[in-house]
Amino acid sequence: MEYLIANFSAILFYLVAVLAVAGAVGVVTLRSPVHAAVALLETFIMVAILFVLRHAEFLAAVQVLVYAGGIMVLYLFVIMLVRITDLGPGTVFLSGLAPLAILGGVVLGCLIAIGILLGSMAAGASGADAMTMIGGETVGNTEAVGWVLYMKYLVPFEVVSVVLLVAMIGAIVFGRRDAALAGAGEEVEP
Amino acid sequence: MIGATHYVALSLILMCIGLVGVMVRRNFITVLMSLELMFNAVNLNLIAFSFRLGDLTGQVLAIFVITIAAAEAAIGLGLIIALVRLKDTVALEEADEMGG
Repeated sequence: MEYLIANFSAILFYLVAVLAVAGAVGVVTLRSPVHAAVALLETFIMVAILFVLRHAEFLAAVQVLVYAGGIMVLYLFVIMLVRITDLGPGTVFLSGLAPLAILGGVVLGCLIAIGILLGSMAAGASGADAMTMIGGETVGNTEAVGWVLYMKYLVPFEVVSVVLLVAMIGAIVFGRRDAALAGAGEEVEP
Repeated sequence: MIGATHYVALSLILMCIGLVGVMVRRNFITVLMSLELMFNAVNLNLIAFSFRLGDLTGQVLAIFVITIAAAEAAIGLGLIIALVRLKDTVALEEADEMGG
């Protein structure tokens, strides 16, 4: 029990990390699109928990609202709309490279293990205080992020709004019935 | 003690899984979902280093990444609907009009 309390954050990290990876594997391997979407949702929520562990509370809330709430609903809408129930394994692209990929994966796994071992030995400095500070004053994480966003990154923020506008126009154009018909070479009614 | 290394390792694993999904699966829906996984891996990395360096810039960049991911999802799902209208399938090898 003492051990559990002393290492609670580490245990929580490993648990959440394993669940996130499991969800990610599910996204890539599951055949049913709805099951894959739910696995993706699980990964999003686990990543939100990891954000909280790194004192990014505002981003965790954004992650849940935008990803889990917005993007996932959009995905589920489209999956229901196109009525594809089996994504199928099919003939897999690049399957000839599988042995090479497994070798590369093993090498990468070894490198990750060494990295974690070395990283565990190093004293982990942290900037937990800076996550909630403006100047020298302690405020909330949301306030601090907002301060940096609007004071230092106002121009990128405005540019991103243009990107969103372009994406919206693009989605409307792609969604039009005329677009698909024109692609098929059929006559488009004016 | 959980440090930035653990987060970078997890981020790397998620990125690799997403990359495999994009490369080997041949239906559009799984490819888009794998892209979302890769965006999440990037965000995890940004957050880990933001905490490690005590600098909020990483969190602000993560907000921009989330915005771009939302835009990508909107465009990608629009493309799925157009592809299904045109070909009645989400298989990517059916979309070969440009001879690729």
